[in-house]
Amino acid sequence: MKNINNKEYSKYVDKKVPKPDYLKNSIKAFFVGGLICILGQWLTNYFTSKGLSKGDVATATPIILVFLGAFFTGLGLYDKLGKFAGAGSIVPITGFANSIVSPAMEYKREGYVFGVAARMFNIAGPVLVYGYGSSVIYALIYYLVTK
Amino acid sequence: MAIKKMGAQTVKLLNPPSIVSTGTIVGPKEGEGPLKEYFDVIIEDDLFGEDSWEKSESKLQKEAIKNALDKISFPLNKIDYIFGGDLLNQIIASGFSARDLQIPFFGLYGACSTMSESLSLGAMIVDGGYADKVICVTSSHFSTAERQFRFPLELGNQRPLTAQWTVTGSGASIVSSEGNGPYITHITTGKIIDPGIKDANNMGAAMAPAAADTIISHFKDTGFTLDDYDYIVTGDLATIGKEILLDLAKEEGLDLTEKHRDCGLEIFNNEKQDTHAGGSGCGCSASVFNGYFYNLLENGKINRILLVSTGALHSPTSAQQGESIPGIAHAVSVCTSLGKEG
Repeated sequence: MKNINNKEYSKYVDKKVPKPDYLKNSIKAFFVGGLICILGQWLTNYFTSKGLSKGDVATATPIILVFLGAFFTGLGLYDKLGKFAGAGSIVPITGFANSIVSPAMEYKREGYVFGVAARMFNIAGPVLVYGYGSSVIYALIYYLVTK
Repeated sequence: MAIKKMGAQTVKLLNPPSIVSTGTIVGPKEGEGPLKEYFDVIIEDDLFGEDSWEKSESKLQKEAIKNALDKISFPLNKIDYIFGGDLLNQIIASGFSARDLQIPFFGLYGACSTMSESLSLGAMIVDGGYADKVICVTSSHFSTAERQFRFPLELGNQRPLTAQWTVTGSGASIVSSEGNGPYITHITTGKIIDPGIKDANNMGAAMAPAAADTIISHFKDTGFTLDDYDYIVTGDLATIGKEILLDLAKEEGLDLTEKHRDCGLEIFNNEKQDTHAGGSGCGCSASVFNGYFYNLLENGKINRILLVSTGALHSPTSAQQGESIPGIAHAVSVCTSLGKEG
């Protein structure tokens, strides 16, 4: 067979690859993500109405949402939601919980040290590293600007 | 002197060994697919009574071997060699299955091409007079492959449309110096062809050029024409890979449209079973060849096929380091009668 030109081949393959239905996927993501946010807002309103301070509400709401994300991951339902909603269930904090709990479950068979603990942050690790990293940079800029 | 060598990449077996028996076992999803009636065993639970996916996959291999032996009431301890492989790091599914079987063992890694690789080597060993009966076996398991190559099962992500579904299953062939076929007559060993694809979710595109190259070399080396074959059966090119193979072969003057079948497209109903581009894994061509196509050959519905299992020889490490995916394909010519030998 004659040699394949990698660049031409790559272009040719791109034409063969089916394109996802972006509109349909966006609508699904919008509604599922929106519903999770409505739940968060409802929790915020509820805790506020019960007299929690603004800081406490900002702690209590994520605690509940993270719990729910972890809980439904454990029940084996969050991956099905994720398959349906895509970014709609990945981006909210429940998706973050899913990204930590799912590897913890998956690698439990390799033990609690090298399995659960070591691999729990396989997926969420980069988010934490760059999240913390950028918060430090942001804080430094804020400090310098407001000094 | 290499008296059995034919052309650049092919050998012609002068004492063509027979595939005297096969065994297959598949997972529940494969057992709902279009080929369900051709598999010996369909397990109900992916874990298969074990406590890890890896142990489950090892057990699949052992069961496939047992099914193949039981069909001809042949004792395991009379087998000379096992040629086995799978997708896992250090091919543990095969190593651990061979640990229990206590038969001299050659461990192979050719990714999803391993079924035809094991048949190639097994047949050559038998043809050469080094063994009377050998077992060629491969397996794959959706859940072991996902955790090694992709993501945890419970992660809520979406699979790209080009992604393939790793088959949970295993297939074993018993290759024998004596028997009445189906015979392995020619073997064309593939070269690695790397067309520069880096997307591990588009393995069909990475492997199709290797399949085309091996098929074209086979025809060139042997002098066979498409008329000599009922089917050209690739391993797991799936929807995109199939289209590409047909295009590439056509450019070389070979119109495979009528005769091409792909195990990855046979095993699932992509639309109904949500398997995107199709099935993949060592267990894909292993279960479809040893189940479906072997049945067609044995019942005389077809006379000759070219089994071309296709492999993508990348790893998570090479993918993360930005390497492209080397493709490979090995061809094994299987026919029911030696009369029309070329």
